[in-house]
Amino acid sequence: MELIQLIIGGIASGCVYGLVALGFVLIYKATEGVNFAQGDMMMLGAFVALGLVNSEYWALPFIPGVILAAAIMGGVGYGVDRFVVRQIFGQPQFALVILTIAMGFVFRFAAGAIWGFTPLVLETPFAGRSLQFAGIIIGFEDLVTIIVTAFLTLGLWVFFQYTRIGLAAQAASQNQMAAYIVGVPVRRINSTIWALSGVVSTIAGVLYASKGAIDPNIGLLGIKAFAAAVIGGFGSLPGALLGGILIGVVEPVAARYLPSGFSQMSPYIIMLAVLVTRPNGLFAQIYAKKV
Amino acid sequence: MTVLDIRNVETFYGAIMALRGVSLSVEKGEIVTILGANGAGKTTLMKTISGLMDPEKGSIEFNGTRIDGMDPDKIVAMGLAHVPEGREVFPYLTIEENLRMGAYTRRGADIRNDIDLVYSYFPILKERRAQSAGFLSGGQQQMLAIGRGLMARPKLMLLDEPSLGLSPLLTQEIFAIIKRLNAEQGVTMLLVEQNANVALHTAHKGYVLEMGRIVMAGSCEELRASDDIQDFYLGRQEETQRGQKRWKRRKTWR
Repeated sequence: MELIQLIIGGIASGCVYGLVALGFVLIYKATEGVNFAQGDMMMLGAFVALGLVNSEYWALPFIPGVILAAAIMGGVGYGVDRFVVRQIFGQPQFALVILTIAMGFVFRFAAGAIWGFTPLVLETPFAGRSLQFAGIIIGFEDLVTIIVTAFLTLGLWVFFQYTRIGLAAQAASQNQMAAYIVGVPVRRINSTIWALSGVVSTIAGVLYASKGAIDPNIGLLGIKAFAAAVIGGFGSLPGALLGGILIGVVEPVAARYLPSGFSQMSPYIIMLAVLVTRPNGLFAQIYAKKV
Repeated sequence: MTVLDIRNVETFYGAIMALRGVSLSVEKGEIVTILGANGAGKTTLMKTISGLMDPEKGSIEFNGTRIDGMDPDKIVAMGLAHVPEGREVFPYLTIEENLRMGAYTRRGADIRNDIDLVYSYFPILKERRAQSAGFLSGGQQQMLAIGRGLMARPKLMLLDEPSLGLSPLLTQEIFAIIKRLNAEQGVTMLLVEQNANVALHTAHKGYVLEMGRIVMAGSCEELRASDDIQDFYLGRQEETQRGQKRWKRRKTWR
């Protein structure tokens, strides 16, 4: 019973890791670059939502406020690619790494300057409520997290599988040159993917904030999400989500049954174990080009 | 009517000058071939035409409009399809999705008909239409790349080394289809090929590219009859009167 309780809570927090990992993978697949500011984009998204929703700021109703926050962060993502990342196109990979790390710091201190560094609580309509059956207590925020993640994943799948832009984004990530020559505006698609990644991380941020207080340093969760993406096989969307859920579940279980310290180490131990045994991750797409 | 008119195009890879002032023209309904050895600049020329690379100098006109420096997606939308070297398909998309991507710049219901048209030329693709393109054999991927090019309803098609890595039999098959497409669908083609023999029997007109320059031009009959082409591109093994091969014969353009 206790284990089931831990697992359900773990899945819910794993969903947040998974969504941030999804943001990493979206950008990696489209542009072959890693956005190390992903965690900070999640943090910024959570704060933008807080700024719009909380009663001491704009006091918008919850759902429209979150949608507006997601739209704003989509714009931020698009802008970052359009005006910053595109300028260093053709530079070594390392330039993008440093650039996004620096951008993460900028986000962090911008959020600190606006909302302060003391923890704040996002006002949600489902705070403090819970369901109870068969001796298991499920917090509303956990339930909402799992349901929202499921729908978001379904939505992304439909987007990539059935829409024109989604198919073009898949094509551009699989073979950029071929995408150019069939007429896909690759650079605009890349910016769209950055926007999408901003939206996904905002939703992750709101879900994270629904569980407790947030401060500008929660962006460091991005490192854990990065480990989740690596476990799933960087480049696989379902892999990123499942990697996140795996970490989310292992953490509380390790905290309960293993000596202290293991819980914090567990994501990285799993990552190392996966890298040693299956270097391409658990769900890698493997394809060798025929010549 | 001139479909493609290239004048004095110079393209660089960094400091390396890959095209040193190339001029050529393609008339409507023709198959024009460009022959040349490795590193002559053939693929660079194709990439420059389709907009993947920008020339430093010179002009490229497609149906009377300047297209040099334009983005590749705009150029495709004007009706110039590039089938690149080495079967650049989308490996995780199915064959049918690959073909749909070929029609990305078009909208409308006749895309379905065009897919059927491609299947009529390449029946094997229809058989395997629900499979990922990455699982196709090399020759089938080449067919898919050509079919994807056709989906743009091109007025001009650039074919870069369609025979690369294919068996002689498959090469003949592909070239027979290229000829049919030209005759039946009226697609003008610019064809780059290492296999000079098959190229000169498929095309109407030919250019010889060496070290980034056009060194020879003419109808394919003229080119086939030329001594230089026979010795250096068709591999004639002729003995001289002294019973030795003429290793040191100079090309007329050097």
